[in-house]
Amino acid sequence: MKIKISWKKPFEKLLETGEVKSGFPHWWHQRISAVMMIFLVSWMIYLLISLSGANYFTAISIVSNPVNAPVVILFVAIGLWHATLGLQVVLEDYVSNEGVRMVAINLIKILATFIGAIAIFSVLVVVL
Amino acid sequence: MAQFTLPQNSKVTKGKHHPTKEGAQNTRTFLIYRWSPEDDENPRIDNFQVDLDECGPMVLDALIKIKNEMDSSLTFRRSCREGICGSCSMNIDGSNTLACLKSIDDVKGDVKIYPLPHMPVVKDLVPDLTHAYAQLTSVEPWLKTESVPPEGSERKQTPEEREKIDGLWECVLCFSCSTSCPSYWWNGDKYLGPAVLLQAYRWIADSRDEFTSERLKALEDPFSLYRCHTIMNCAKTCPKGLNPGKAIGEIKKLIAKR
Repeated sequence: MKIKISWKKPFEKLLETGEVKSGFPHWWHQRISAVMMIFLVSWMIYLLISLSGANYFTAISIVSNPVNAPVVILFVAIGLWHATLGLQVVLEDYVSNEGVRMVAINLIKILATFIGAIAIFSVLVVVL
Repeated sequence: MAQFTLPQNSKVTKGKHHPTKEGAQNTRTFLIYRWSPEDDENPRIDNFQVDLDECGPMVLDALIKIKNEMDSSLTFRRSCREGICGSCSMNIDGSNTLACLKSIDDVKGDVKIYPLPHMPVVKDLVPDLTHAYAQLTSVEPWLKTESVPPEGSERKQTPEEREKIDGLWECVLCFSCSTSCPSYWWNGDKYLGPAVLLQAYRWIADSRDEFTSERLKALEDPFSLYRCHTIMNCAKTCPKGLNPGKAIGEIKKLIAKR
């Protein structure tokens, strides 16, 4: 077996995979959403503890509080946003087939949108 | 998808045993990865018993002794034997380092030596670094300027400006860091890897270079730079004690400021 070391091939590989997409926004959004989640998760833990032992009507009144309701909605929305960004990184890391990767990333985005819509709608139903 | 098992022709088998001469008191076993492109055999681990009383203190000394006295077909890169050329990078005792800087005494038990991980092997301990070198070339690791240099003098830096490239210029391009990085293992075709990104930052941080903006722009895509997930194997393994992870972080910060 002969070993061929060509310079042209690795360069071609670099050139053909040149990315037009920008990498910064994704990285930045992941950090912003992470910082937001510090506050939102702490608030949700506080909320869940204060709900312990409460009956259905007390629970609804606590969640309907004008401060708590938006926090719950933000928790769901930003949590799903952060999760989507994170899962996108995992898929980009480990799924090398570009077609499969693109379908998987978009499926996750669609799924997150659905879960978010259902969760936010549920909060609104309880609150309004 | 990621491949979790080795293909049949990559399964490593047990190799030959090379005993030391009789009467040696202070011996050490070296288990060395062997593979040759000249036959169709699988890679194997050869077992060499080296008499440390007649051997220099470093792993490279033992490799040279083995090549000289026990098996001249053992193939590895080496040149300066003092940590400056970056040629003898390999995986010793489970981490990437320079064989010339790794003391045999620092290894407990048998000394296991493999080529740099996740690179195509040319022969034995020699990895094919062609792609890594092409990636290095792609970041244009040289001073780029548009202005005319001052007449009769070099482009000057203040001591403070010069300090900014400390911890960067010392890199000897052994690629121990890149080949220890899981992100580089999975996406090495597009991710530039810690060694090349440290070089990129070496020129970004250089006060004399006038192409900082273009350099940052060239790195700003999802794969070239942002595959770094701060795993930090690079800093842990660097035989020169450098921190490519920090350099990558500085590049990300500069892009965020743009």
